[in-house]
Amino acid sequence: MSGSTRRLVIEPVTRVEGHGKVTILLDERQRVREARLHIVEFRGFERFVQGRPFWEVPVLVQRLCGICPVSHHLAASKAMDRIAGVDRLSPTAEKIRRLMHMGQIFQSHALHFFHLASPDLLFGFDADPSVRNVIGVARHHPELARQGVLMRKFGQEVIRATGGKRVHAIVAVPGGVNRSLDPADRERLRAEVPRMMTWAEDAVALARDYTLEHLEQLEEFGSFPSNHLGLVTADGDLELYDGLLRAIGEDGATLFDGVQNERYAELLAEEVRPWSYMKFPFIRSLGPERGWYRVGPLARLNVCRRIPTPRAEQARRAFFDALGGAPCHVTMAYHWARMIETLHAIEQIERLLDDPDIVGDDLLREGERRDEAVGVIEAPRGTLFHHYRVDANDQVVMANLIVSTTSNNEPMNRAVRQVAERHLAGRTEIDDGLLNHVEVAIRAYDPCLSCATHALGRMPLEVELRGADGALLDRRTRD
Amino acid sequence: MRGDVLVIGWGNPGRGDDGLGPACVEALARRAPVGVRFEQDYQLQPEHAADVAQARLVVFVDAACDAPAAVYVEPVAPRPASGFTTHGLAPAALLEIARGAFGAQPAAWIVGIRGSCFEPFREELSPEARDNLGRAVGFLDAVLAADDPAEELERAARCGVPTASAAAGGEGR
Repeated sequence: MSGSTRRLVIEPVTRVEGHGKVTILLDERQRVREARLHIVEFRGFERFVQGRPFWEVPVLVQRLCGICPVSHHLAASKAMDRIAGVDRLSPTAEKIRRLMHMGQIFQSHALHFFHLASPDLLFGFDADPSVRNVIGVARHHPELARQGVLMRKFGQEVIRATGGKRVHAIVAVPGGVNRSLDPADRERLRAEVPRMMTWAEDAVALARDYTLEHLEQLEEFGSFPSNHLGLVTADGDLELYDGLLRAIGEDGATLFDGVQNERYAELLAEEVRPWSYMKFPFIRSLGPERGWYRVGPLARLNVCRRIPTPRAEQARRAFFDALGGAPCHVTMAYHWARMIETLHAIEQIERLLDDPDIVGDDLLREGERRDEAVGVIEAPRGTLFHHYRVDANDQVVMANLIVSTTSNNEPMNRAVRQVAERHLAGRTEIDDGLLNHVEVAIRAYDPCLSCATHALGRMPLEVELRGADGALLDRRTRD
Repeated sequence: MRGDVLVIGWGNPGRGDDGLGPACVEALARRAPVGVRFEQDYQLQPEHAADVAQARLVVFVDAACDAPAAVYVEPVAPRPASGFTTHGLAPAALLEIARGAFGAQPAAWIVGIRGSCFEPFREELSPEARDNLGRAVGFLDAVLAADDPAEELERAARCGVPTASAAAGGEGR
């Protein structure tokens, strides 16, 4: 091999939502110089939406992704509320949206934990991939698989009850919602809450026990200090629907706090790198080298001071007591954090179902039209930004989205680099162990690559190893 | 065999003919046949295993490209399908989860409807897909009205209705 850098490519990383491709670049001494998770399709949603009436956008954005259409629906709706001049929704409208959002958090986290992550936890990182999957869980741990299926189904039923249907549900409209909760649906969902609460607590315990039993291994696995970003209330509580932006540094010091959504572009910027369609967001004041940050369940627990529901707050305290306090940088602790949020979501669902406003009929507000607005929400995978400008004809003339997986782009690259360095240790071949570890490291972030690149359909992901001169040394594909 | 029939169609109506599955289910559901449940979604996901587990007969309805006929029918059985992600399960993998987690193994068939245009952000079906949808709805109407829908499906698969396993996985569009 001539030249000074060698390259390894791994594709596909299975059990992420969508597929990706990983390239590992080696230097002259066969050490890992860089790891790149990159995507080969670009969907161009921001361009597509231009020229469309603003009130259509909350519906259109659901086409972005079949995995998290609710998050896009609600983030766009929040922006369009402001375009419509509405800063405060009616209590019923806000609570209907929050209920839908908690259903989305609950079902998405349940899907990820039970059907994507639990095979790694139950069978071990290095188990045969033909067993280490959801079907293996169903065969060998049927009760756990059944719980996962029914938790996911419950969350979907919450979405269906609030949105009327699963495919292209339409509930949020600029200024409010177009329906409240049917009392019969309310009672049906209420009846399921105790069982879901128990299972969510069991899932927290499962994730906790796994993390603590393997802590020594996990602390070294794809972990690194980083900044963290998320939404919180003015008091610093975890807030998934409508909070203020807060960021902390790797030592836990506050970088910014109490920032209104509209100011996101003053604080965050996106770097473009020629090898990827996914951008690399960073905190402006720190620059691209030091300003990259993590979002999602782990980041949200790190930036909040409290969770405003008792069971999840107790779990949060246990989390930091066990892991040495905030901030926690253990990448694999995302799974535990994700289950704490799942518990929070079912607690919130219980509260909202008990609230009389949820079946109210005050659905819409009006205001004075604006030309530009930002909607930010904590999607299951992390902070999601929707930013629009609208012209005098009510047509969208600019759209900018920062989706959660894009914010975790740099952290995922770093996680891959870290596990590759440890695994390769001078070797220039991709073996099953490397594939397994790269998969597990990326999967901790629950990335939705389809969404992040605005691409639909299958995107096979490879792992490539390339030398210092760019020559391909090895390539492995795992479907 | 009447009752306990689940018809599940999936696909993204915002992606042209990919919406054939949901469109077919919507048309059939309007007729409200007795003893039949309908589900539609963007993709087949693990939670659909709970619906599948409650049925005696499951009909998976999906758009298909490169299909040998406008509408085709073929049986599907539980299979630990390798190569899937939960971005969208194949019917065989979903049946395997239903068997493993719920101990259920309903009879299951795939009805594929040929589409030709799967462009993103295209809300309507292509003319060919609309024609094929009409044929599928007519066919399934008759199946669901029959005393034994499974027998009707089996006959349709046996008597000259082409099969297209390559197009039937639900992810291969």
